[in-house]
Amino acid sequence: MLDSLAFIATIAIKSSIAVLFAAVGEVFAERSGVLNLGVEGMMLFGAMVGAAAGVAWGDPWIAAGCGMLAGAALAAVHGFFSITLKADQTLSGLAITILGGGLAGFLGRSIIGVRGVRFGITPIPGLSDIPVIGDILFRQNELAYVAYLLVPAASWLLFRTSLGLKIRAVGEDAAAADAMGVNVLLLRWACVLFGGMLAGLGGCYLSLAYTPGWKDGMTMGQGWIAIAMVIFSGWRPGRAALGALLFGALAALQWNVEAGGSELVPSWVLKMLPYVLTIAVLVLVKKFAASSRGGAPAALGTPFHRM
Amino acid sequence: MSLRIRQRTEPIRRKGLVTALLAVGFALLAGALVFISQGVAPVHAYQVMISGALGSMNGLAEVGVKMIPLTLTGLSVALAATMLLWNIGAEGQFVWGAIGAGWGALYLSPHLPTSLVLPACLLLGAAAGAMWAMIPAALKVQYGVSEILTTLLLNYVAIIFMEHLYFGPWRDPMGFGFPGTPIFPDAAWLPRLGRTRLHMGALVAVLATVCLHYLLSKTKWGYGIRVTGHSPRAARYGGINATRQTFTVMALAGALAGLAGMGEVCGIHYVIREGINPGYGYDGIIVACLAGLRPALVPAYAAVLGTFLIGADRLQSVMQLPSSIGLVLEGSLLLGLLAAEAVTRYTISFGKEDDHA
Repeated sequence: MLDSLAFIATIAIKSSIAVLFAAVGEVFAERSGVLNLGVEGMMLFGAMVGAAAGVAWGDPWIAAGCGMLAGAALAAVHGFFSITLKADQTLSGLAITILGGGLAGFLGRSIIGVRGVRFGITPIPGLSDIPVIGDILFRQNELAYVAYLLVPAASWLLFRTSLGLKIRAVGEDAAAADAMGVNVLLLRWACVLFGGMLAGLGGCYLSLAYTPGWKDGMTMGQGWIAIAMVIFSGWRPGRAALGALLFGALAALQWNVEAGGSELVPSWVLKMLPYVLTIAVLVLVKKFAASSRGGAPAALGTPFHRM
Repeated sequence: MSLRIRQRTEPIRRKGLVTALLAVGFALLAGALVFISQGVAPVHAYQVMISGALGSMNGLAEVGVKMIPLTLTGLSVALAATMLLWNIGAEGQFVWGAIGAGWGALYLSPHLPTSLVLPACLLLGAAAGAMWAMIPAALKVQYGVSEILTTLLLNYVAIIFMEHLYFGPWRDPMGFGFPGTPIFPDAAWLPRLGRTRLHMGALVAVLATVCLHYLLSKTKWGYGIRVTGHSPRAARYGGINATRQTFTVMALAGALAGLAGMGEVCGIHYVIREGINPGYGYDGIIVACLAGLRPALVPAYAAVLGTFLIGADRLQSVMQLPSSIGLVLEGSLLLGLLAAEAVTRYTISFGKEDDHA
């Protein structure tokens, strides 16, 4: 019993990392006031470029770096339209999602089914020997460890540094931040690019670690789930990670039920669960959030015009 | 050197046409870059696309075939967006339209006189799409949950459910192992024009366009929706019932997308299986935006997008290039539209930044 629970927990963490990366990145973009609905496209493009770079150079770290750059490239397009041209952020983000999926499908055709590199399981010496916990947490691939470090680092940056304060100020009241001498556009650009890099890394996690190789549409809506998790988290990296873990647990449950051949819950119902429960989570947040905004940055979605 | 953006003082003339042309130009340029990166001459690729779509009667008919679902999903998105609701879920509503029509064709038709089968499929498709769209409407009205996310997430749920149907209970036992429903009975086939695949759904799309144009621009109901879209607060003071409006608009939007799904399964495929939903719901967003949310213009831009999509298909069959170039062009089209909007709203110039204007 304990063994199978530990197994499910291990898979849950494994299945949550892509959403986690994307969600933490989105927290930064939205905290700076830019809604980025292009996460799904950035993940797809990042996944494809990461897989292709892995095939070309054979090194998973270089591949992941390329995937991050791919995410950042699409983020730059979103930044140009939504920040510089002050276009509608909803439409720009949707365009990025469609464009990213299309680019990945078009450019990635030659590597479909090609075996590239992958991040292998790397037990951490010492820590992995801790009973139960060690097996669950410290026998994962390297990108999972990056995620472990990223979450506290992101929280610290956002809530304990002056840079974080500036980012939050820009998202709450850009005009006031501007009056204080904060470079609004620069910070927004930086946050959107950072978010794009993490979305790209999330995609890479899928194509380099979780289910290695490139497949069209392989993110299956995880980018959208990441955006929902940001709302769930009240725009906090730590809670966004928790939300991602919830998603991962559902995926793990699905694996376990399917592997066990149990007829208790039909597999199609299990497949729907991540999406249905994400909607349920959104409802619960709205129902129980202290304010009607649920903690959303006040300037979210509004372009900054200097008067 | 830096980019300077200033509000334009005089409005530009013929703004709609200028933005649309700029958007198409931008999309073609972006597509050209992608072609070049793959070592394909863009001019040649576009020639293949254009001659494939517009160079023959068959190609033209196929563009017409695409226009049917694109018009209906475009109307669906445009109607909702008129009152500031983002219906990103036309895809899921489309899928439910196919399921509703499929149920009518496969399971209800034996109990109906032949002449009633198609009307029943039509109604069931529209009703199923409307039903699916009521979920995000209810969540929006009751809890204020963003319809962007709920409509989107529900797309995945709808598709998983449809897959369950044609892999499971609705699967054709004589299907040689291929997942899919049995072929619909003849009574559920929409009549076609001559030997082309252009089907009666075209009439439905035309009627829907005319009706929606009339509803939005000539009736009190449409006026109320436009008021809400312009100023939700004014609408509240004006005594407009936002809750009821959200429900009726989303239901109608869902019904339109559902009709698109019905048209595809009863007019083209005659079965439900993988590939009946190549993303028409998402295409609808592009069509609606290009048309500036005006129903009367939706069919025209459905034709533009249909040309791109058929062209992309031809590219696949002639040059073995993936048809996902269609998506690249669509995304760029939307971005080009945003860029064009910026151009018509602001004057953009390059130069030294002299002040903080």
